[in-house]
Amino acid sequence: MTEKVKESEFITAIVGNQLFGLPIQRVQDVFAPDRVTRVPLAAPEIAGILNLRGRIVTLIDLRCKLGLGARAGEVTPMAIGVEAQGESYGLLIDAIGEVLKLDESIREPVPLNLDPKLAGVADGIYRLDGRLLVVLDVDRVLDIGARAIAA
Amino acid sequence: MDDLLREFVTETNESLDVVDVELVRFEQDPNNGQILNNIFRLVHTIKGTCGFLGLPRLEALAHAAETLMGKFRDGMPVTGEAVTLVLTTIDRIKGILESLEREQREPDGHDADLIAELKHAAEHTDAPVATAQPTIGTLVHQVLERPLLPGEESLDDLERAFRATPVDPVITKPAKPAPAEAAEEDNNKAVNQSIRVNVDALEKLMTMVSELVLTRNQLLEIVRRHEESEFKAPLQRLSNVTAELQEGVMKTRMQPIGNAWQKFPRIVRDLAADLGKQIDLEMLGAETELDRQVLDLIKDPLTHMVRNSADHGLETTEERRALGKPERGRIRLSAYHEGGYIIIQISDDGRGLDTARIKAKAISRGLVSESEAEKLTESQIHKFIFVPGFSTAAAVTSISGRGVGMDVVRNNIDQIGGTIDVKSVAGEGASFVLKIPLTLAIVAALIVEAGGDRFAIPQLSVVELVRARGGSNHRVERIKDTTVLRLRDKLLPLARLTTLLGIEPAPGTKDDDGFIVVLQVGSQALGVVVDAVFHTEEIVVKPMSSKLRHIAMFSGNTILGDGSVIMIVDPNGVARALGSTVTSQMDAADSAIKPATSDEPMTSLLVFRAGSPQLKAVPLALVTRLEEIDARKIELSDGRHMVQYRSQLMPLVRMNDEVRVKGEGAQPLLVFSDGVRSMALVVDEIVDIVEERLEIQVASERGGVLGSAIIKGQATEIVDVGHFLPLAFEDWFRRKEQPARATSRSVLLVDDSPFFRNMLAPVLQAAGYQVTAVGSGAEALALIKNGRGFDVAITDVDMPEMDGYQFAEALHADPRTGELPVIALSSVISSEAIERGRRAGFYDYVAKFDRQGLIAALKEQTDIGRAA
Repeated sequence: MTEKVKESEFITAIVGNQLFGLPIQRVQDVFAPDRVTRVPLAAPEIAGILNLRGRIVTLIDLRCKLGLGARAGEVTPMAIGVEAQGESYGLLIDAIGEVLKLDESIREPVPLNLDPKLAGVADGIYRLDGRLLVVLDVDRVLDIGARAIAA
Repeated sequence: MDDLLREFVTETNESLDVVDVELVRFEQDPNNGQILNNIFRLVHTIKGTCGFLGLPRLEALAHAAETLMGKFRDGMPVTGEAVTLVLTTIDRIKGILESLEREQREPDGHDADLIAELKHAAEHTDAPVATAQPTIGTLVHQVLERPLLPGEESLDDLERAFRATPVDPVITKPAKPAPAEAAEEDNNKAVNQSIRVNVDALEKLMTMVSELVLTRNQLLEIVRRHEESEFKAPLQRLSNVTAELQEGVMKTRMQPIGNAWQKFPRIVRDLAADLGKQIDLEMLGAETELDRQVLDLIKDPLTHMVRNSADHGLETTEERRALGKPERGRIRLSAYHEGGYIIIQISDDGRGLDTARIKAKAISRGLVSESEAEKLTESQIHKFIFVPGFSTAAAVTSISGRGVGMDVVRNNIDQIGGTIDVKSVAGEGASFVLKIPLTLAIVAALIVEAGGDRFAIPQLSVVELVRARGGSNHRVERIKDTTVLRLRDKLLPLARLTTLLGIEPAPGTKDDDGFIVVLQVGSQALGVVVDAVFHTEEIVVKPMSSKLRHIAMFSGNTILGDGSVIMIVDPNGVARALGSTVTSQMDAADSAIKPATSDEPMTSLLVFRAGSPQLKAVPLALVTRLEEIDARKIELSDGRHMVQYRSQLMPLVRMNDEVRVKGEGAQPLLVFSDGVRSMALVVDEIVDIVEERLEIQVASERGGVLGSAIIKGQATEIVDVGHFLPLAFEDWFRRKEQPARATSRSVLLVDDSPFFRNMLAPVLQAAGYQVTAVGSGAEALALIKNGRGFDVAITDVDMPEMDGYQFAEALHADPRTGELPVIALSSVISSEAIERGRRAGFYDYVAKFDRQGLIAALKEQTDIGRAA
C-alpha cells in the first residue's frame, strides 16, 4: 500500500445477518451485557440500562433500531460501548466480528433504495468479497430522544 | 478564554453584586461611612484591574462612578437620583462584562452619555468638594499608607500597567488611593481562608465519591455473605472514611442561601422606586446553607415571589398611610434548617391575597362550583393560586392580586421535591413558606418491587406504608373505575405502580392485595400499590440518560449495593399521572370530610397509651411533669392508689378500668398540679411529643375524652384533663383553701375553639375563678348587653368574624365595659401583635397554653380591679 491511501479501521458486528462496521475511534469497548434493567415507558429501541464498572449505560437494540426483526431467544447478544455527549451507550448486536482496515477510497455511497431505517443511520457501504458492510454513523444511531419526546 | 480574564469576570461580577446590595443599604443609611468605603473600595479594585487588563470602557465607567462616590464621601448629599445613576453604571458594566465573557473582548460602543451624567452629578453639588482632583497626565509618586488588601494591586503596579496600556489618555487618570480608613473596616474581617475552586472540579469530585460509595456498598454486600472474613475490620474503616468523605464533599457543594438573595435588595429598591412605594427588605438566615444545585433551582422562583410581594402585595405609600399602616412596607425573607430541609419564608405586611377575586376566578375556570366555593375556607381558596394554569398570561391583568404566576413557582418547587404553602390575612399581608430538600444528590429511598422489577421511591415523599388486604381496616374501594384507599377518614387516589409504568404485573398478583406506599406530593396524598417493599437505602441519584429524560415517571436512576441499576420513581410524575380529575375529586371529598387545617396553630402534644393500643394525647402545656416512679412505692389507701410525691400524698387516677397500675418496675405518670396539689394520670407508655395542628374531628360522648384527632397520621384520642382532676380531689374546682376574694372574681372566656374552652375553663376554675366560656365575640357582647358583669375578659385573638382586636375595641367602646381588663390569648406572639393589641386595648398578651402566665396575668388584672 502506498502512503497516499487513506485507511479507516472498523469494528464489525453482525446484526440480523447483516454485517455492520463502526469507526474504531468511536468504540470504547465490547462487553456482554449482564443484569440489564428494563426501562418502562422508554422508546422501544431502548433495551434497558445497566451498570458497567460504575457507569450507567443505556442499551440500544440495533435490531429494533434498524428494523431487523426480533432476536431469536437462543442468541446471547453482545454490546458495543460508545460514548456521546458525555453519556455511555451500549449498542446491542448479535455477534462481534473482526477489526477491518479499509481503504476510504473504495467506500461507496448508500444505495438509494436501501430501507429508510437503515439508510437513516448508514454512512456508506463497502463491498467485501461476497459481503456488504454497512458503515454506521454512531451519532445518528443514537438519535432517539427527539422522536420519543414527541411521542 | 484567557484564565486571567475569566478570573476577572467572575470576580468582578461578584464584586458588582456586592456593590448592588451595599449601594441600596447606603441609600437608606447615607451617613454610614463604612458602607461607602466598602463600595468605594470595590469599585476602585474593579477600576484598577480593568486598567491592568486593558479594558478602557470598563475602566472609564468605573472611574466616573468612583469619582461620584468620592464626592459622597467628601460630604455631598446622597440623593436617590445619584444612587440610581451609579446603579445604572453598574448595570452597564455588567452588560459589558457579559459580552466580554462571550467574545473575550470589550464590545464596541462608548459610554460618553453615562460618564457625562456621572460627571455632571459629581460636579453639581453644594457640598464642599474635595480639592484632591486627580491630575491628568502627570505622574505622581504615590504612597499607600497601609499594607495592601487581598485583591488589591499596588499603586505602582497599577501605574505601570496604565502607562504600558495603549488607551485614551483622558481615561488614564491615576487611581485615587483608597483611604486608610477603608482598611480598618477590613481588618475586623477574618483573613480570607477560602480558595476558589471550579464548580466542575467539585462536581467531578462528587461523582467520584458517589462511585466510591457504590463500590463500598458492593464490598459490604460481598463481605456480608462471608461470615468470617479478614476484610471485615478494614472494610468497616473504609466504610466510615467513605461516609465522612461523602459528607465532606457534600459540604463543599453547600452554599449560603444568601447567594440567591444577593440581588433582591436591588430588585426591591428599583421596584419601590418605579411603583412609588417605600419598602424595607429584611433578610434573616442568609447564612443557611444548601446544595448549590438546589440553590440554582430555587433562585428564580424566589425572585418571582419577592417581586410579587413588592409589586402586588404591598400597597403604595399613600394607601398605607390611609390605612393607618406604617408608610414603609416590609418584605421579610427568612431561612432556617429543619430536618433534611431548608425552610424559606417570604412574607410581607401588605394587603394579602384577594380572596374574593381568587374565588371568582376559580369558579370561572371551573375548578370549583359556586356552591362548593361557598363552603371553602379562605386558606383553601388561597391554595387555588397554585393550581396549574391558574394564572395564564391572559389572566394576569384581570387578576392583579397576589399570586400571579404562583402555579409556575409551585411547579418548580415540586420538581425538586419541595412544597409551598401560603398564609394570608386580608389587610395584614401574606406569607409563603417553602420547604426544600437540602440536596438532591444523595437521598434516602424506599426500595420496592413491582412487576418483578425493583424501583426506588424517595423517602422524603413517603408518608407511610399500608398493607391492604380484603377485610382489613384499610380497604381498597372503587368509585366507578377509580380505585381509592379509605385510610382512616381520608380517601386517597390509588394506582398500581405496574399500571402507571405500563408493565405487566407479576403473575399471581391479586387486585386487592399488595403494599400501599402513601406519598405526599405537595398538598396531595396518594397511594401507590407495589408488590413488595424491601428496605430503605441511601442512594446516589444519577441523572437519567438524555434518551430517557422525557419519562415523567422517573427522576433518575441509581446503582444499588448489589450492583444493579434501578429507576427512581418521581412522586410528582406519579401525582400528575394519577390525573387532575381524580385529584380534584379527592380534594372535594377531602374538604367535605374535614375543614381546612393550615391556619390552626401548632400545638405540642404528649402522645401516650393507657389501657388500650389506641393512642391518646394531651396538650403538653397542661402537663406539669412526666414522672416514672418505682411501682413498689405505689400504695393503696381507701381503695385509691396513692404515691408519696414531694412529701405529699399524690392520688393516681386511672383513665379507665383497662389501665392497670403496675405491680413492679417503673410506672410512667403524667403529673398535673396547680402549685398546691398534684395528681397523676396512670399511663402504660409515653409514646412521643409531637407538634401538630390540633383539630378534633370527631367529638366524643365519653367522659374524659374530648374527641379524636389525627396526629402524625394516626387517629388519636384527645384526653380531657378537666374530667380527671375532680377524680383525684373532688373539690379540685371548689377548694375551701382558695382565697375568698378569688372566688368572687368572674372571668369571661371567649374562644372559638371548643377545645380551648374545654381546656382552659378547668384550669381557670382550678385557680379559683368563675368562668363563663363563650364561642364568639358576638355571644360575649350579648351576655354583657343582658347585664352580665365580669371582672376580666380573656379572648382568643384569631377568631372568625369578630377577632380579638375587634372584640376588645367593642368592649372599650361600651361605657359599661370600658374599664374591663382584657387579656389576649394568642399562639403567635410578636412585637407587632403586642403593639396592635395595646392599641386595641389589651391589658396583657399571653401565649396560648401558657397556664402559669395566664393565671399570673389574671391575678394581676383582678388585683388591680380590686385596688381600683
